[in-house]
Amino acid sequence: MNVAECKEIFALLSQYLDAELPPDMCASVEAHLGDCPPCVEFVQTLEKTVGLCRKLKARQSPDPLPPAARAELLSAYGRMLARKGRV
Amino acid sequence: MAVSEEVELAKQLQAGRLEAFDRFVEVFRNKVFRYSLAMCGQREDAEEVAQETLLKVFENFDQLRDPNAVRPWVLRIARNACYMMRRKSVFAPDAEISLDELLPSVRSDGDGIKLEIADWSGLPDAQAMNAELGERLHGALAELPENYRAVILLRDVEELSTQEAAEVLGVSEEVVRSRLHRARLAVRQKLDRRLRGTGGQGR
Repeated sequence: MNVAECKEIFALLSQYLDAELPPDMCASVEAHLGDCPPCVEFVQTLEKTVGLCRKLKARQSPDPLPPAARAELLSAYGRMLARKGRV
Repeated sequence: MAVSEEVELAKQLQAGRLEAFDRFVEVFRNKVFRYSLAMCGQREDAEEVAQETLLKVFENFDQLRDPNAVRPWVLRIARNACYMMRRKSVFAPDAEISLDELLPSVRSDGDGIKLEIADWSGLPDAQAMNAELGERLHGALAELPENYRAVILLRDVEELSTQEAAEVLGVSEEVVRSRLHRARLAVRQKLDRRLRGTGGQGR
């Protein structure tokens, strides 16, 4: 493990996980990972973090939409359609 | 909720088909509520932002040129509505996060140099996420500075592309990439510290 090289790799890891790196940089990240078990362990924890965020559910749900609020939205939609000349 | 259903609903509403109205409201009210609750912290504010956002969405539906972009379009309106609330986050002020603070410490032992990383093997994976882990993750997101929280919510929770998130926030794609990386590293670090604090058993 070469700490200076690890630091350079750290900066690229999100783009690496998102497959957004240019091929040459992707290859150098993979070359480093092939030779550095601590960085592999680190990437795995970062990947898990991203996976968890993608599955995160809402902490709470909104209250049911009150009829007056629905009516307000519906009339806004109606005004837009009228302006477009469809109604 | 697949993007394709959202796009289909948007196309139907653009064509004046009223039967898509209630489903569209249900889908996007939940989505905007989730985003604004994470940004504002108060459910009353999030309810208000959701209603304000949907009002603007319906009033301006004819301005949505590409129905494929309905999700980032709605989230951009929601982001502005959150901003208009002008109620600063109860959790953390805007700040910059330095990359160096987010890296694990390095320690030397008999076998050479190692990184201080907890044992993550006990942590449920994404498919098995439980309520406690969800709460821990929400807590970690809430502690992020707002400008980082917005990026990780849009990219990883709402699954927008880098370009879409940049348009929603009015910043460059480079800024989105940089903030996303720091936000993910910060959340990773909070989970890691928590795991070490509980002895790494992943309870």
